Amino acid sequence: MLAFVAFLVFLGFGFDTFYMGMSGGYVPVGSVVALGVGSVSALTSYFHGDRAVLLAAGAQPLADVAASATDADKLKLRQLDNIVDEMAIAAGLPRPRVYVVPDPDPNAFATGRDPAHASLAVTRGLIDALDREELQGVVAHEMSHIRNLDVRVMTVVAALVGGVALLSDWARRGMMWGGGSRRRDDDRRDGGGVAGIVLFVLWLIAVMLAPLIAQALAMLVSRKREFLADASGAELTRNPIGLADALEKIESAVAPTRAINRGSAHLCIADPLGRPVNAREGFWSDLFASHPPMSARIAALKEMAFEDGRRR
Amino acid sequence: MFAIGVLIVLAALVLWAIASYNHLVGMRNQVLNGWRQIDVQLKRRHDLIPNLVNAVRGSMDFERDTLTSVMEARAKALTASGPADAAQKEGQLSQALGRLLAVAENYPTLKSNDSVKMLQEELSGTENKVGFARQFYNDIATRFNTAQQVFPATLVASSLGFKPAELFEITEQADRDVPVVDLSRK
Repeated sequence: MLAFVAFLVFLGFGFDTFYMGMSGGYVPVGSVVALGVGSVSALTSYFHGDRAVLLAAGAQPLADVAASATDADKLKLRQLDNIVDEMAIAAGLPRPRVYVVPDPDPNAFATGRDPAHASLAVTRGLIDALDREELQGVVAHEMSHIRNLDVRVMTVVAALVGGVALLSDWARRGMMWGGGSRRRDDDRRDGGGVAGIVLFVLWLIAVMLAPLIAQALAMLVSRKREFLADASGAELTRNPIGLADALEKIESAVAPTRAINRGSAHLCIADPLGRPVNAREGFWSDLFASHPPMSARIAALKEMAFEDGRRR
Repeated sequence: MFAIGVLIVLAALVLWAIASYNHLVGMRNQVLNGWRQIDVQLKRRHDLIPNLVNAVRGSMDFERDTLTSVMEARAKALTASGPADAAQKEGQLSQALGRLLAVAENYPTLKSNDSVKMLQEELSGTENKVGFARQFYNDIATRFNTAQQVFPATLVASSLGFKPAELFEITEQADRDVPVVDLSRK
């Protein structure tokens, strides 16, 4: 997280030094604007992001779905309702609002800025595919996202990624159009010496790589939070095998979850896009996967169950 | 100079004592709330049981004693007084219910009956809620106790009137045993 802010400040700092340069004086215009844009987008998604995500996924409130369900279906929905209650009790949190997403692929996500404004959505496919214990594991995972304030963390991260992308975009545009100002920079750099040139080159590289680096950092945060949610989910149910089985079932259903778009991927229990990058281990996956590889998550959970069994 | 130093140290100590007092009060209220959550869930369970027993009564004529033992255990649990007594009687009720649910598996008509399935779901949900409410209570009570007992908070905790919270435990040996279910009867 700190690396993120530092990166953003470095970009903004370079922007000020090399483009605003002399005319900008000591006021860091670029940084201030970047920070401002970042804050506005962060605040908007902080207060209204949950509704936007739910709307985009076409999520319906559980009560509405249950009202028009068949008897056998009512049982499953009632089960989900009870499980959410159970997990809210186990986590000591208020009960989140529950939504059903009409999509046959098993997946689930949580959203909302804090536990009092949290919503939890599961897909139709998840309700149909999992048994009670597995469903409990998934709900516990999502409840942990809520308890760990992951939605808040990822909102801030997303805003920072957006800020970085915006800034590097401006910088590149400035480079194309800024012939006049560059000559002025050259005049000035005659006095600046080698250090100035080195810094300029470094900054240039940073601008080119900015969106990639920002994305990689965001994904790093996202993967850490996934592992954390798995672990604290297992702490809530005291049954890591339930979640491990659920993850196996979710993994075997490879179809992408169409109802959930790229922007909310990091909130889901499994990558809704079904991107192959999330399934592999290795350098590129380490950089750009929003979720740790399923096999690693399942192995971690099974290890927990093993430790648990030995202690008894 | 020395006097000022002493004053600063004293002020820091007082501030620290206030902070740890407030922290402990917050935790104590959480623990109390956790305890009440258990009561809420137990009450729910007591309200549900008559419905379940009535729903299965017709199909389970052979299991009279299973049904009556559930109703008796419920009646006893309702009159329980004090946490230890309640823990024991609720434990017996849990066992009786577990037996009933297991035996009900033997009746195909019951297994396919949607309203009975719904009641079973309600009941296992309630059982889980009772269990998770206890788990949460034990978790926060443990955190509360640890907060009191670690150094240096332990220096002020007892003089400020904090007592360790009691953990919810199964006291009866019978409750620790895995319930034996006789499935040979049809």
